[in-house]
Amino acid sequence: MSERQRLGGGNAMMSVGLLMLASLVAITLFGTLIAPYNPSETSADSLAGPTAAHWLGTDSIGRDLLSRLIVGGRTTLLITFVAVTLAVCCGLVLGLFCGYVGGLADQVVMRILDVVFAFPVFLLAIAVVAALGPSVPNLILTIAIVYTPRLARVVRGPVLSVKRWDHVEAARSVGVSEFNIATRHVLPLIVSPVLVETSLTLAQTIFTITALSFLGLGPPPPDPNWGAMLSEARQFMELAPLAVIGPAAAIVFATLTFIVLANGLRERLDVASR
Amino acid sequence: MMSAPAALLQVRGLTAQFNRGDVASQVVKGISFDIGAGESVGFVGESGCGKSVTARALMRLAPEGSSVAWGGTVLFKGQDLLKVEERVMQDIRGRRIAMVFQDPMSSLNPVLTVGAQIEDIVRRHTGASASQARKKSVELLDLVGIRDAARRADDYPHQFSGGMRQRVLIAIAVSCQPDLLIADEPTTALDVTVQAQILRLLMRLRRELGMALMLITHDFGVIAGMVDRVHVMLDGSIVETGTVDALFANPEQAYTQALLAAVPRLDVAGKLA
Amino acid sequence: MTESVQHPLLRVRDLSVTFPARPGKAPVLAVDRVSFDIDRAQTLALVGESGSGKTTTGRAILQLQASSGGSVQLLGRELGQLSRGGLRSMRRHMQFVLQNPYSSLHPRMTVAQTLAEPLRVHRCVPAESVTARVAELMTLVGLDPAMVSRYPHEFSGGQRQRIVIARALAVSPDFVVCDEPVSALDVSTQAQIVALLKSLQNRLGLSYLFIAHDLALVRQVAHRIAVMFAGQIVEMGAADQVYGNPSHPYTRALLDAVPVPDPVLQRKKLSESAADVQFHGLRPKAGPCVFGEDHAQSGTACWHEVGAGHGVSCRFWPAPAA
Repeated sequence: MSERQRLGGGNAMMSVGLLMLASLVAITLFGTLIAPYNPSETSADSLAGPTAAHWLGTDSIGRDLLSRLIVGGRTTLLITFVAVTLAVCCGLVLGLFCGYVGGLADQVVMRILDVVFAFPVFLLAIAVVAALGPSVPNLILTIAIVYTPRLARVVRGPVLSVKRWDHVEAARSVGVSEFNIATRHVLPLIVSPVLVETSLTLAQTIFTITALSFLGLGPPPPDPNWGAMLSEARQFMELAPLAVIGPAAAIVFATLTFIVLANGLRERLDVASR
Repeated sequence: MMSAPAALLQVRGLTAQFNRGDVASQVVKGISFDIGAGESVGFVGESGCGKSVTARALMRLAPEGSSVAWGGTVLFKGQDLLKVEERVMQDIRGRRIAMVFQDPMSSLNPVLTVGAQIEDIVRRHTGASASQARKKSVELLDLVGIRDAARRADDYPHQFSGGMRQRVLIAIAVSCQPDLLIADEPTTALDVTVQAQILRLLMRLRRELGMALMLITHDFGVIAGMVDRVHVMLDGSIVETGTVDALFANPEQAYTQALLAAVPRLDVAGKLA
Repeated sequence: MTESVQHPLLRVRDLSVTFPARPGKAPVLAVDRVSFDIDRAQTLALVGESGSGKTTTGRAILQLQASSGGSVQLLGRELGQLSRGGLRSMRRHMQFVLQNPYSSLHPRMTVAQTLAEPLRVHRCVPAESVTARVAELMTLVGLDPAMVSRYPHEFSGGQRQRIVIARALAVSPDFVVCDEPVSALDVSTQAQIVALLKSLQNRLGLSYLFIAHDLALVRQVAHRIAVMFAGQIVEMGAADQVYGNPSHPYTRALLDAVPVPDPVLQRKKLSESAADVQFHGLRPKAGPCVFGEDHAQSGTACWHEVGAGHGVSCRFWPAPAA
């Protein structure tokens, strides 16, 4: 009976986080199917409060807020998941390479990454998007560029430590190739800190994307997204508060999901490794 | 010469239960023994037998990171150490009962000089002034055989070799002339030539300061020359007790016999063909 | 590739390892011109205290540590001159048993995967026979083959060390470096593992370089012994010779210091106050050595034969008391 089995049930934070994540994933995958209305469909009923027909009301040109929230969420989350996956993959490769190989290659690559790392996330994101133009693929690329150095760093540290462990030397003495040592003997053991950092990066990305969208640098209309919805709804805050509260609450919920997940993961992985 | 030493320490039915998460394990399962004033007693056994936990029971120290529930009585000069207040225990630790651990490298604070660490203990327990404590710390370093003690008191732990660090730990332990010195695997982390020196030091100090010694080790060779009586532990219980000469010459329990048989002898070659 | 009868399995000549200078410290000569041979099915024990260079010597022989001089020949091939690929394929002839059974196995690989890895790397057996060979290896070291799907943390220290030994044997090596293979184990487990190593040597004709600090333990296992101090071999000979007639003062000090599980003897030993002998002499002295030879002048090595196959260094003899 391994430690993991015994402790599986005890981590409340992890369970809650997973539940929240499940709802986000559902929205991402099935958003367009569960939305009651077409999010672009306008109606005469503008800035209405919550009614039976429109659970959250409508926006300034009569579009259903709930549908826009769901489909907007889909866009936001899709960009988030894809971008962070890309950043994690690049970060893993770079971090593993730098940490394992060391020497001049490590120094050169890390210095290049440090230059990117030195820029505040948000300013860098604005700069890249402004240069490339706002579109979904460009947003994904921006996020990936901005977060790769961070993830590479988080990977590199543990790699430096694990590569000195006894079982690595044992594998080398058996004749395992350096590539296989790096991928099979080192990489699986550094997964824990990477998972936690990934979760935190997802949280930050949500914020970054919505903020970019708020400033008008997000996915172009008519695709709804939370940041743009917030921006539009600001002017009508007193008339239709739900138009602001809706996206804001969604943003908070999504960000919280990843933070709760990160904490749960950290707790679970710390205990499991003892 | 007294016919029977007065019992300095009387342990009756000592138990120790560890709680990790939802798993409780009994590491010490009800053992009883005495240690007389000035007597030297050894606890020997393999890893996991509970000997180190027993030693920590006498100081009421839980091993790092776990919570322990103690049971039974540990009578030290009339007081039950398992029941007194923590404040009283803090006075006893270091002053009346002192402990020397296995790993000198991790038991010393790397950012304080060796002299400072000894002075801290002396001042805490005797309320001496700074200059008195400093004088005492140099005396102690000299007592444990560190040459050029006055100068070396201002060195940091990393400037000492493993054996010297262990001497420093011993100096700290005997600084307040405790009644009982507990040594938990004091020589295991040291080179064999240094081991002998440290064992000789412990013997000498015991004689000069009249301390009782509780020696815990897995090494039968170490136990053989250092103690009067031996308790053999297995799985949380004492399986055999005796004077050291009797135990080595005629072990009664099968476990003790097996352990002694497994110890490689320097003077007996194995069959190699 | 025929070997002549006089060709030792392993031939080490003037092996040296220098650790580079660190800020504020001089470079350290950890291994200083070490030379010895090991024959088939023989065990050479390399004994010494911490800092003697014995572990570094073992790792340098296996080419896991870069050497700064000398030669290591295994089966007649110079290991230092092989290409990367050549060295990797040579590894099937030389294996490594490390000290710490708790860290030398990959914590997330099952025993089956750990044992199969060397088989895959060296392609010793066809893919279909891997499972059978793994079971065979488990039995060889006294473990139940049904346990191969478990993870290392489910085994005791002694069992883990058996798995480490099984992994070393997977490719049927000729030579195994055992670096303190039993120091982390209880005394009864130690005896079992040592017995296992000896029986494997008898069955498979293995040669061992047995690195240890425990002289009593080494007595049970070694045919020949080399005593190391400060990176050099100070005495070397057959086990009976070295234990029976220790000629170097350091060897004598080592043997004296070993605690004997005999109360009467041990008490006597401890009550004799031993002089705190200092073994210095990191630089060879000028003038004649303790055997009367001036090595600086004659240019000969500081090595003297005191018996057939039993030699001693004239370095590191303490200065005679005034």
